[in-house]
Amino acid sequence: MKSFKEIYKGSDNKIAGIAAAPGIVIGEVYLFTKEKLEISKADITDVEEAKINFHEALERSKKELTKVFAIAKDRMGEARAAIFEAQLMILDDPVLIENILTRIKDEKKQPEYIVDDEISKYQQLMILSHESYMKERANDIEDIKNRIVRNLRKKRWQSRIQSEAVIVSDSLTPADTLLLSRNKVKSFITDHGGLTSHAAIISRSLNIPAVSGTHNATQKLKDGQKVIVDGFHGYIIYDPTDEQISFFKEKQEHLVALQKDLEELTDKPALTKDGREIQILANVDVTGEMDIVKTSGANGIGLYRSEQILDELGTIPTEDEQVIIYSRLASRIYPDKITIRAFDIGGDKFRLFDYHEPNPFLGLRGIRLLLENPKLFKSQIRAVLRSSSNKNVQFMLPMISTIDEIQRSKKIIKKCMAELKKEKKPFDADMKIGIMVEVPSAAVMTKEFAEEIDFLSIGTNDLIQYLMAVDRGNDLVSDLYQEFSPVVLRTIKKIVDDAKLAGKPVSLCGEMAADTLAMPLLVGLGLRSLSISPATIPYSKRIIKSFSYKDAKKMADKCITVCYEAEIEKTIQKFFEDNDITRTRNII
Amino acid sequence: MIELVVTIKNKAGLHTRPAATIVKLAAKYKCEFFISRDGMNINGKSIIGVMTLAAEEGAELTLTFDGPDEEEAAKEIVGFFEVGFGEE
Repeated sequence: MKSFKEIYKGSDNKIAGIAAAPGIVIGEVYLFTKEKLEISKADITDVEEAKINFHEALERSKKELTKVFAIAKDRMGEARAAIFEAQLMILDDPVLIENILTRIKDEKKQPEYIVDDEISKYQQLMILSHESYMKERANDIEDIKNRIVRNLRKKRWQSRIQSEAVIVSDSLTPADTLLLSRNKVKSFITDHGGLTSHAAIISRSLNIPAVSGTHNATQKLKDGQKVIVDGFHGYIIYDPTDEQISFFKEKQEHLVALQKDLEELTDKPALTKDGREIQILANVDVTGEMDIVKTSGANGIGLYRSEQILDELGTIPTEDEQVIIYSRLASRIYPDKITIRAFDIGGDKFRLFDYHEPNPFLGLRGIRLLLENPKLFKSQIRAVLRSSSNKNVQFMLPMISTIDEIQRSKKIIKKCMAELKKEKKPFDADMKIGIMVEVPSAAVMTKEFAEEIDFLSIGTNDLIQYLMAVDRGNDLVSDLYQEFSPVVLRTIKKIVDDAKLAGKPVSLCGEMAADTLAMPLLVGLGLRSLSISPATIPYSKRIIKSFSYKDAKKMADKCITVCYEAEIEKTIQKFFEDNDITRTRNII
Repeated sequence: MIELVVTIKNKAGLHTRPAATIVKLAAKYKCEFFISRDGMNINGKSIIGVMTLAAEEGAELTLTFDGPDEEEAAKEIVGFFEVGFGEE
């Protein structure tokens, strides 16, 4: 049997990229390109269906806007909020709706085209009036138009994407990825983005193989073309030969067999050779992932990214809606624990407000945004508390950069507890409060910060980004995003040591732990708890079983003294060889 | 049918908030209600339509009401224009 190397060396029908989520898939291309994101003027045959879709899009838009309106009133005041009220009224405008319905019937075109065309006519009139404030008003109308069109499109995509498709796109937003994954797509391929893009994270958590950073897959591949996606090595083979197909089919069978072997590890603890137990927790991004968590053998949920609810719903859930979601998660994982991280919005994630920040990563995000929006923050705290009565819920604050932020948050939490007590609603009065250590300032003062709270979790994605001052999504500088940089290693070591001094437990929940290569190093640095994508848990357990803590510590101690990333990587590679550890992608 | 000419009295003109109020008032009545200015004739029950009217302080608009409850509708809506939309 040939090796992967030989197969790839001899093939010119391949595209190289970054291995973003493991797995092997043979399927057909569905191009999810920008043209498809544009307004479709296509003819339709079923007018009734189009009308129903239009009404559904109006309803969905209304639901979204009602929430936005409530927040806008809270934050921007009545005057500015008036535009949202007007937008809501537009969704009920009898003249506009009648015109659109008549045109759908007469012209038999996609409703999104009619909506766009009809509303644009009004915008045109506003711009023509030559009054400056009318141009602004035309911009306001743009938003409602886009909202309806977006909701119509969602519907169209959902009905058109075949369930067996390999989605090929230039890039995918978290919302796209979630939406598409509901259609049971087989795999994702993107031109841009790396290992830590949100699309890649979601792919891994949903166990959907993915290759990212291919640069030109959207240009090379055609709709309906047969492809093989190798999410272990980061390759795509198009128009595969019979030999290639049979090679990868065999690999798929190997993979199934391997996963069966790994299943045996499910109920076993992650023990190093010399008996040090490492707690392996699951990161949960989407609700659908719970099934994978249950079968992965996780010791609980170390990170529940609650902002994914906003992505999934497209709106901000009410307190009661949140209680339903959190309670369900908490009871499903019981008696294990779940750590719910407060909404981490801002930066590249969900955009809550229209305000354009010149530098969002250094702007109003995480705890800063929550403290600025006490209503939103309180609704989440109350919901988390109300889900905690079985004493298996913890609450974690993102993007903490000062002690003051911790104290202000604790004050709000205390206030919520007092309210719930008054309302006679049950909750866990000893619920543990923790912080993410992901801003360098928190790493510098870990000991003092730790004394204020119950636990810590290191978020490597942001920590590395802020330590190196590098935007991980920017291709021009992304090679400075070095997980194995000596700076990163020394900082992690300092956080772990300081937490120990303060007597508080510390975990690590970044994507760094998804790389099996990092596993011995992290264990060697003294971490006893790691939170990772559920799909990668069995693989990690296998790695942990194959080395001793003593050796890993020796290796980590050596890495700490080194000045170059390349040297550190070499040291880790050598550790794998010396301990006879094969990486997953080399055994299939 | 009733036809009346009204003048915009407030400083900010017919901006989004009064536009919304006018449409809400009109929705209560059965009669047809149109607003016209410079040859543009807008259905007063359509918010997006009313929003396309640029009407600054001092602008004159013609309102027409046609239907069983036209008198009541005219009284309330014209009244809203006369108080300058309750603004300065």
